[in-house]
Amino acid sequence: MIVTVLYYLLTAAIAVLLIRNFLKRKDWQEEVLYIVVLLPFLLRVLRLK
Amino acid sequence: MIVRKAVIAALGAALLVVSGLSFYRSRHLREPLVAGPSVIKVLTLGDYFEGVRGTANDAHVYVLEGEEPGGTVLLLGGSHPEEPAGRLACWIFAENATVERGRLLVIPTANRSGSTATRLGGAYPPDFTIPTAWGGQRFRMGDRWSNPLDQWPDPEVYIHYPTRQELAYVDVRNLNRTFPGRPDGTLTERTSFAIMELIRKEKVDIAIDLHEAELQYPVISTIVAHEKGQELAALASMMTSAAEGFNIGVEYSPPGLHGLTHREIGDNSDAISLLLEAPEPFLDATRGRTDRALLLTGRDEFVRRAGERGLLFEKIDANGWPIDVRVGRHTSTLLQIFEVWSGEKPERAVVVSGIPRYAEVIAKGTGAFLKDPKEAPPARVNYE
Repeated sequence: MIVTVLYYLLTAAIAVLLIRNFLKRKDWQEEVLYIVVLLPFLLRVLRLK
Repeated sequence: MIVRKAVIAALGAALLVVSGLSFYRSRHLREPLVAGPSVIKVLTLGDYFEGVRGTANDAHVYVLEGEEPGGTVLLLGGSHPEEPAGRLACWIFAENATVERGRLLVIPTANRSGSTATRLGGAYPPDFTIPTAWGGQRFRMGDRWSNPLDQWPDPEVYIHYPTRQELAYVDVRNLNRTFPGRPDGTLTERTSFAIMELIRKEKVDIAIDLHEAELQYPVISTIVAHEKGQELAALASMMTSAAEGFNIGVEYSPPGLHGLTHREIGDNSDAISLLLEAPEPFLDATRGRTDRALLLTGRDEFVRRAGERGLLFEKIDANGWPIDVRVGRHTSTLLQIFEVWSGEKPERAVVVSGIPRYAEVIAKGTGAFLKDPKEAPPARVNYE
C-alpha cells in the first residue's frame, strides 16, 4: 500500500514537471509532445487508466 | 504564444476527457445476470475470506442446489476475462441450469478487476455484444491480468508464493499464476486464497477453470488435468470426442509449473482440478485488426495463413472459431465431465439439465440462452 501511494506521488510529480516544461517551451512541436506524454500520467493519477 | 499554448492545452484536455470517459464507462459497464431456476443464493468471495470483501474482486458466487444431495462442482469463468467463452458458459449455467442432484457453484467473473481493463497496447475493443432476441447483451472485454488501478506497481520479478518459483513480472496480476494465494498478499493473491477457502469450506469435489488459448499455444482444445483428475478427464475427453461432434484432448498438469489452478487447487485441497481450453484466434500475436468482429467470429486472414504454414497447434479455416463454437465446446465438455463423474461416484453425483450442448449452441447462438433482465424480477438480477 505504501509503495502504491509512493508511485502515485511519483506519477503526480512527473506530471507537474511535464506541465512546467510545456509552459517553458517555445517550439509548438515540443509543446504538443509534452501534452501527449502528459496524458497517461494524468489518466493514472485520476485513476481512469 | 499564449494563445497557441492555450489551444494545444485545450486539445490535450479534450483528448483526456474523451479517453478518460471511454475508460471510465468500460470499467463501470454493468453486466446483468439473471439468477436461474436452481440458484438458491448469491454469495461473494468476501463471504469466504474477509480480505477481498468490498474490493474489485469481491466476485459473485452463484449457488445452484438440487433437491437430492450429491457432490459439489465449482465453475470458474473469467480467471482471464479476455477469454470470454468461459464467462459466457458460466452465464448459461447460472441462468439456465436445473440442478437435480448435488450442487453447482458458479463464479462467472473470478478476476473481476481484470474484466475492467483491456491490454495496454493491445488495441482491444472496450466491450462486445452477444446478439439476443431481445436486442443483445453487452460485456466488458477485459484483460488477462488484474487492472493496474487495483494492484500497482508490478515487481521486477514475480516470485510465486509459497514455492518461490520465478515467473514473469506481469503475472503477479495473473489470477491463474497466483494460486493457492495468501491472506496477506496482493489483491490477486488474496483472490486466489478466497477461492481456495471456498473450495475447502464448501468441500468442492471438482473445480473447473474455463479458458481460451491462442492457436500458437500448444495447450489448446484440451482438458488440463491434475493427476487426481486424469482418469476423469480421459474418460470425459473420449466421451466428448465420440458423442459431441468435436475433439478435445487431455494434457497432464506439469508438477513443476506453479500458480495455475489445475496444479495448485489439486495440491492444496481435496478437490480434483481441471482446466478447459478452447481456441481463440483473437489472442494470436499474428492477428490482424483486433476488433469485436474478430473476437466474435474468430476469423482472421493472418492467423489462417500462419495455419497454412504449419505454425499453429490447432486447425483454422475461413470459418474461423466463432464464439458459439467456443462456448458450445465448454458446455458440452462440462456436461460430459458431470456425467462421467456421476457415473463413477453416484454418492457424489452432480446431475444438471437445461444446458444446451455444442450442436444446440451453434444452431441457436449463445444469445438464445441469455435471459432478458427487463423480463426478470429485479431481485433475481445481479450485476457482474
